Amino acid sequence: MVIKTEPFVVNIGPAHPSTHGVFRMRTTLDGEVIVDMEPVFGYLHRGIEKLAEERTYTGCIPLTDRLDYLASMSNNLAYCLAVEKLAGIPVPERAEYIRVIMAELQRIASHLIAVGSFLNDCGAFMTPILYMIREREKILDLFEMVCGQRLTYNYMRVGGVSQDIPDEFLPALDKFLKEMPGWIDEYDRLLKENEILLARSKGVGILPRELAVNTSASGPVFRASGVKWDIRRADPYSIYDRFEFDIPTGSVGDCYDRYRVRIEEMQQSLRILKQAMEQLPKGEVRSDVPHLIRPPVGEAYGHIEAPKGELGFYLVSDNSIAPYRFHVRAPTLINLTALRDMMVGWKVADLIIIFGSIDICMGEVDR
Amino acid sequence: MTVALSGEEIAARLEEKFPGSVVESGADSLLVKSGSWLEIASYLKTTAGLDFDYLTAITAVDYYDYFEVVYQLTSIKHNHSLVVKTRCYGRDNPTLPSVVSLWRGADFQEREIYDLMGISFDGHPNLKRIVLWEGFEGHPLRKDYRRW
Repeated sequence: MVIKTEPFVVNIGPAHPSTHGVFRMRTTLDGEVIVDMEPVFGYLHRGIEKLAEERTYTGCIPLTDRLDYLASMSNNLAYCLAVEKLAGIPVPERAEYIRVIMAELQRIASHLIAVGSFLNDCGAFMTPILYMIREREKILDLFEMVCGQRLTYNYMRVGGVSQDIPDEFLPALDKFLKEMPGWIDEYDRLLKENEILLARSKGVGILPRELAVNTSASGPVFRASGVKWDIRRADPYSIYDRFEFDIPTGSVGDCYDRYRVRIEEMQQSLRILKQAMEQLPKGEVRSDVPHLIRPPVGEAYGHIEAPKGELGFYLVSDNSIAPYRFHVRAPTLINLTALRDMMVGWKVADLIIIFGSIDICMGEVDR
Repeated sequence: MTVALSGEEIAARLEEKFPGSVVESGADSLLVKSGSWLEIASYLKTTAGLDFDYLTAITAVDYYDYFEVVYQLTSIKHNHSLVVKTRCYGRDNPTLPSVVSLWRGADFQEREIYDLMGISFDGHPNLKRIVLWEGFEGHPLRKDYRRW
C-alpha cells in the first residue's frame, strides 16, 4: 500500500551547525526528498557598501577585511587593484611579489577550511577539519609575522603593502612549503578513496556546465563543472603571467569534483609560492601615495580570482577623498544562484553536503 | 588576457541593427536606451562572434537625476568583455527590464539592486528584498537616504 503524504515546509537554519553562518534554507520536502528550496539570508548585513561611501579610499581597506573573513588578504588585494586602476597608481616590483605570496597562502588557508568543513558535513566528524586547522594555523603564524593579525589583516595598501616582510618570514615560508605537500598527501591517504566519502559525494548535487555559465558561477564551483576559467590566467592581474601553474578542472560538476578541485588548487598554489619566493626581488614595498587619494572622475572594475570565486570591486570616483560608489561583486552570493537546481530531487542529508561543497562565507554574501 | 571590446565598435553594430538605441559610446563602455536594452542584451548573448554568455556583475549608481545600471558582460568562449550601461529616471518607481530570462546569474543581483537602490526589474520571477527585511522603509544605497 502506498501512503500519500503532503509536501511540507521545513526551515533549515538560520542558526544551524551546517549552515556555516546565519543562513536559512526554506525547504519544501516530500518525505525526505527536496521538492523546492529557497535561500534566505541577510542576517549579517552590515551595509558595508554604504559605510565605504563615507570613508577615505585607504579607510575602506579594513572594511574589505570583513567581507570574506576567511580570505581577508584576497579582499585587500582586489580592492587595492581596483583603486590603483582608478587612480593610475604604480606598484613596486617587490610589493607585487609579496602580494602574490600572501594571496596564494590565503587561498590555501581558505581551501583548508572549505574542504575541512565539507568533510565535516559529510560525516567525517572533526578529524579532517582538525588536521586542516592545524595546517591553517601555520599560515596564520606567517600572516601574524608580517602584519600582527591572524584574521583581519589590513595588510595591503593602495600602491603596495603596509610594511616589508620581516627577516624570519622567508625561512618560515620555506619550511611551510617543504612540509605542506606531505600534509596534502596525508589528506589524500585518509580520504581520496574513502568508500563513504565517494558514496556520499560522487554524482551528488551536479551543476552542469551550461547552467554554471548561465548562473554566473565562479571559482572552484565553476571549474568543477568543467570550465577552464581562472582569472589569474584568463585576465592576469598583478604579476600572475610570470608563474607556471595549471588550472585543475572537474568533469561532472558534482560535490566530489568540487572537493578535488580545491585539493589540487592547493598544490598549484604551492607551485606559485615556490616560484614567487625564488624570484622575490629587493626594493621598495610601497610607492609614493598621498594620504588622501583623490582619483580622477571615472570608474573602474578590478577583479581577482579569490579562493571562493571572482571577487570584483566596482568603484566610481567623483574626485573627492571617498568613493562615490563602492560595489562588491561577491562570488559566494552569486554562486548561491544555482543552489536550488543542485538540491532539488536529493534528500535532506545530501542538502547539507551540497551546501557545504559550495563553500560560502556569510560575511561576503550579506555584506 | 581578457580583451575589452571597444564600446564604439559595438555601438556602430547596434546602431545598424537597432537604430536609435545607443545614447552614447566611449572606448570602454556604451550607454543604451532602457527601452531597447532587453533586445540588445539578447543580441549580445546570441550573436556569433560576440557570444556574451557570462554576466559577470550588475551594479547601480545613484546620480540624483537618474540611476545608472552597469552590466559587466564576459564571453567565456572568446575571452572578451564589454561594459553596457543603461539609465532610468524618476525616484518614485524607476523601472528597467530584467535580464534573468537571459542570464540567471542576474537573479540575486537584481534583487539586491531592488532592495538597496529601489529600482524595479520588469519580468523578474521573484522580485523581493534580499538582505533587508520586508517592511523596511527606504533604499539605503540611494544618495538621499537618511536614517536620522
